[in-house]
Amino acid sequence: MNHDPFSWGRPSNDVYGQYNHQIANATISNDADSCNLTNFPKMNTQQPIITGTSVVSLKFKDGIIMAADNLGSYGSLLRFTNMERLLRVGKETIVGVSGDISDMQQLERLLEELETTEEVYDNDGGHNLRAPHVHEYLSKVLYNRRSKMNPLWNALVVGGFNDDGTPFLRYVDLLGVTYGSSAISTGFGSHLAVPLLRQLVPKDPDYENVTEEQARDAILNCMRVLFYRDARSLDKFSLVTIKKGEELKFEKNLKCENQSWKFAQDIRGYGSAQL
Amino acid sequence: MFRNNYDNDSVTYSPTGRLFQVEYALEAIKQGSAAVGLVSKNHVVLAALKRNAEELGSYQKKIIKVDDHMGIALAGLAPDGRVLSNYLRKQAMSSKMIFNRPLSTSKAVLSIADKAQENTQSYGSRPYGVGLLVSGYDETGAHLYEFQPSGSVLEYYGAAIGARSQAARTYLERNLETVRETESVDELIVHGLNALRDTLSQDVELTFKNTSISVVGKDTNFTIYDDADVQQYLDKLDSVSNARNRDDDDEEGNNETQGDTNENTGNDVPSEDRMETDE
Repeated sequence: MNHDPFSWGRPSNDVYGQYNHQIANATISNDADSCNLTNFPKMNTQQPIITGTSVVSLKFKDGIIMAADNLGSYGSLLRFTNMERLLRVGKETIVGVSGDISDMQQLERLLEELETTEEVYDNDGGHNLRAPHVHEYLSKVLYNRRSKMNPLWNALVVGGFNDDGTPFLRYVDLLGVTYGSSAISTGFGSHLAVPLLRQLVPKDPDYENVTEEQARDAILNCMRVLFYRDARSLDKFSLVTIKKGEELKFEKNLKCENQSWKFAQDIRGYGSAQL
Repeated sequence: MFRNNYDNDSVTYSPTGRLFQVEYALEAIKQGSAAVGLVSKNHVVLAALKRNAEELGSYQKKIIKVDDHMGIALAGLAPDGRVLSNYLRKQAMSSKMIFNRPLSTSKAVLSIADKAQENTQSYGSRPYGVGLLVSGYDETGAHLYEFQPSGSVLEYYGAAIGARSQAARTYLERNLETVRETESVDELIVHGLNALRDTLSQDVELTFKNTSISVVGKDTNFTIYDDADVQQYLDKLDSVSNARNRDDDDEEGNNETQGDTNENTGNDVPSEDRMETDE
């Protein structure tokens, strides 16, 4: 058997002659790669370009809190340092976006359109668009796109309130995978932040014992730890607090504080070096 | 001879600013059998009178379920009602699919109103010839809307459409307070049937064959009662005869004659819109 994937499913050349790539305007040839786009009839997103890193979020007694830094990386280049990755939808819903920034901006448009049609027009009052509805909509959009093999390269966290007023926090990503939890992070944060947040809420219903101050301290701590260890992170970030019965609080240009670097001066070399 | 030059299509205004094709569509509703809707605090009831073309025929369906929390009663051209109810069902399903929430009653009725309105300003189409009573229960409570093919939508505590519906409106106006305060669904249905009974013409009575009832409300999915299921509510009516057949109650009978005369005048096109031609 020929193990070259590019020859699979083709009539063999020695019986039928060379395959004619002009058929159906498919100019793809054996030397096609992602750098040579003219060789493809059509190509969908295969990797993100400008990216945003973790979103960290937590439920507390009477609301949710969410943070994301303001960085848009271009590979390892920290290219844009003023990206806002927390999107507000309506009065009491926030969507935190990580992953491709251009796809985030597309989602931003969709959400703005959603807000205009569902919240502004034909709204007789009382029938508001809430976080579960926004999440359901986004999950349908993302799953639809991945099913077309053309995903929006993002992982999202939607925070807000259920119809009965309880806090709502749910994740959805480029595959259309969703789950809910009392502490959710995307990307690097799912490795570093969630273990820290889980100390506060070991089990899902435990968020009811967490105060706003505790939640805020835990999130600020996570942002600091992420800045220590995530090479694609920034110490400047935004933080949103949504509390039942209160106006959504959107804090911008926060800084990671109380970092400890003093110990570094005592570290010398990688082993035996004494000076 | 007198001829009207302003009613050939729905895009032509008369000199007095009226759209005759739309008004003719409203007439089609008055030809249909009556449907009544009424709202209490937590429930909406629709009651409708079904007609059969002949003794051997079946009765035309008047109440259509849209979703678990919404349904309509129609008067006028049933096929147009079917088209609109199918559209409402699609809207309800897509709201469930996309947002995972039930479609709000106001949004539903406005969506078909927009559809109907488009038919009043484009050449080659005709307005829908059907009026709807849309009942629904959503997070903002129980609602009843009247839809007209002109595209106008109004919310009501009690409404009636179709032939001789004025009599039912009169009944609802008189009993508005009690209807609004009613806690029991059965009482609300009896009020609906009383109103519907007043629309009947002479020698016709409500039977389980010609009556259709629906309920929707708090903790109550949209339910249609037809045929044998209606009998239990008909049994609750205090008297089996309608106002027209009641000899002892002249007052209500008079009211209905008034309603009839109103309908008749509605058929006439006012003289100012009539053009004299040499035909």
